[in-house]
Amino acid sequence: MFYREAGQFKTNYVADQQIFPVLQDRLFVLAAIVAAFVAVPLFATPYLYTEILIPFLILSLAAIGLNILVGYCGQVSLGTGGFMAVGAYAAYNLWLRVPEANNLIVVFLFGGLMAAAVGILFGIPSLRIKGFYLAVATLAAQFFLDWLFARVKWLTNYTPSGSVAVGNTSVFGWKIDTPDERYLFILAFVVVATLVAKNLVRGHIGRSWMAIRDMDIAAEIIGFRPLRTKLTAFAVSSFFIGIAGAMWAFLRLGAWEPLAFDINRSFQILFMVIIGGLGSLLGSFLGAAFIVLTPILLNQLPGWLGVKMSTALLSHLEFMVFGAMIVFFLIVEPHGLARLWAVAKEKLRLWPFPH
Amino acid sequence: MLGPFLETLIGGLLTGVLYSLVALGFVLIFKASGVFNFAQGAMVLFAALTLARLADQIDDKEVHLVHFVVAAGVLGGTLALIGWYALREYVARGGGEGERRKMLLMAAGGALIGGVVAFAYGKGAWPLWIALAATASIMGLLAYAIERLVLRHLVNQEGIILFMATLGIAYFLDGFGQTLWGSDIYKINLGLPNEPIFLFEGVFEGGLLVDPGDLFAALIAAILVTVLAIFFQRTRIGRALRAVADDHAAAQSVGIPLDRIWLIVWTVSGLVALAAGVIWGAKLGVQFSISLIALKALPVLILGGFTSVPGAIVGGLIIGAGEKLSEVFLAPILIRAFDLAGGGIENWFAYVLALIFLLFRPQGLFGERIIERV
Repeated sequence: MFYREAGQFKTNYVADQQIFPVLQDRLFVLAAIVAAFVAVPLFATPYLYTEILIPFLILSLAAIGLNILVGYCGQVSLGTGGFMAVGAYAAYNLWLRVPEANNLIVVFLFGGLMAAAVGILFGIPSLRIKGFYLAVATLAAQFFLDWLFARVKWLTNYTPSGSVAVGNTSVFGWKIDTPDERYLFILAFVVVATLVAKNLVRGHIGRSWMAIRDMDIAAEIIGFRPLRTKLTAFAVSSFFIGIAGAMWAFLRLGAWEPLAFDINRSFQILFMVIIGGLGSLLGSFLGAAFIVLTPILLNQLPGWLGVKMSTALLSHLEFMVFGAMIVFFLIVEPHGLARLWAVAKEKLRLWPFPH
Repeated sequence: MLGPFLETLIGGLLTGVLYSLVALGFVLIFKASGVFNFAQGAMVLFAALTLARLADQIDDKEVHLVHFVVAAGVLGGTLALIGWYALREYVARGGGEGERRKMLLMAAGGALIGGVVAFAYGKGAWPLWIALAATASIMGLLAYAIERLVLRHLVNQEGIILFMATLGIAYFLDGFGQTLWGSDIYKINLGLPNEPIFLFEGVFEGGLLVDPGDLFAALIAAILVTVLAIFFQRTRIGRALRAVADDHAAAQSVGIPLDRIWLIVWTVSGLVALAAGVIWGAKLGVQFSISLIALKALPVLILGGFTSVPGAIVGGLIIGAGEKLSEVFLAPILIRAFDLAGGGIENWFAYVLALIFLLFRPQGLFGERIIERV
């Protein structure tokens, strides 16, 4: 009844090629963005900001990055945590060593660029190998980068404990300190990044990624160069992941050590991509929401039901739920939560008359 | 100089044997079904935990009611699911002699696992051999559950989807094992002598230190490899396994039952996981970090080739020795050259070695060269 595109005619190319061709989608996205910028700050508590909204947004960005690589280009990577660490430590070193660059936007972009460079380096093996061989090869990146940031003293500015801290962060003189400022800054960044990603995957580059994913040899024959295509996917993906890593370190943690970006972080973000939906930007957000909210829900649920559970048991249950959800989605709905959303829209198109 | 070098080398080689054991589980499943099983490490942990908790003294104070309820619930749920699937199939096919036998077997398995859990949560220590037998049957049951609940629904999917499914299984199994059996550090006591053995005392200064546990591991690995090689090369089932690995559909069309093959393979690799778990558990104690050795087995596979049993062994030895040698001899040089805060390069050495190797010989040392045609 409400979701109906009949009568919405496109009479020029600009109208035909817009990101959301259906009016209802446009309104919905606009409403969501306005709500995120205006309505949320009206009632959100610091807990909501620091424990739910900020992690959700940052991990969504990382999931978008990984989704570009895994979902759009078909190159499975288990090195996400390592690339996040590159972003975080590159941003930290720029912030530390170049005081004039104390502008979060500059710092984050630098982190993203460094991550992109490292991503290209570790993407080179993808030209000779694919599938799980590549997954194992990206683990090399994960372990090597973990080690690098734990051992090379210069990168952590010779702190004895190996953990580093940032403070006094600002953007063009605007200090980013309180949870709501952090939230708004991250939100703005994520919105812009999502727009960039959406346009990338819609355009020529995205098409070439998908061609390589669907059948690499055929794509090569019709003229996509595998070398360039795969490496751009690694670069763009690592760029987003690096920015997410820098954000995670600067705006979520404030002080961190390499453990914050260990292999569990890689798995966490891969799970977001699988559960949310491979090859879908919306899915990246849905997957991130699922992964961020499930542990919180699991922690609260026994309390509501009046059952006492130890924290160890809860963390084991979390493992079991994630594992079961992965298997469930791979079997029942390989396209993830994003597909469920699409099905809901299909249903709405016919509602209330299903035939 | 030669003494420490040889000692490091032997220590590394013996650690490498353990990597080989884990890698062997990977190879078996990949060889027979084309599934890259990331859950092998979780299976090692699960097997070791089960054995340790069954064999070891179980303290009544540790067992909370919640643990018991959750364990019973999950176990009962799994069994009920399996039973329901079997029943549905039984009804759909209109029954039959083989089917009835299968259901009886399953009921017996369910009763066994229930008894094991009940007994384990009772009191008293078990003799090791009973615990071993019980753990082995639990691993068999686990293989059955995985085949029924996961693999069966993913036939004909791409390899990478199956890989991600085993990632989910790995997570589930890690949580499940620890919920069921607890998450402290448990000891497995095999009754081996603890004192290190000195070899060649006359030849080198101080002789060579060798841990008898490691020698035992090497022995177990040698027996396992021999048995598996004979099993794969000489038996009917082994031939069927190789056929399935080559082409699922072709194997099915000549009458090889895919589900049974998968069940056999997963059971065997469960038993290999048990062997690896026993040895690692006896050496280091059973704890969560055991499941991480699966990550050490991955470079072994790349080096040795995904489909080669001897490759897993040789790759394991190379990685084990290379890792220890690099840590002892290369790390100090790196620390001095780059002003590092400590070594720890064994964390990535194997991976980087494998990565470089991959660039020159993607199929590994003993792997088959697969030519993809359009």
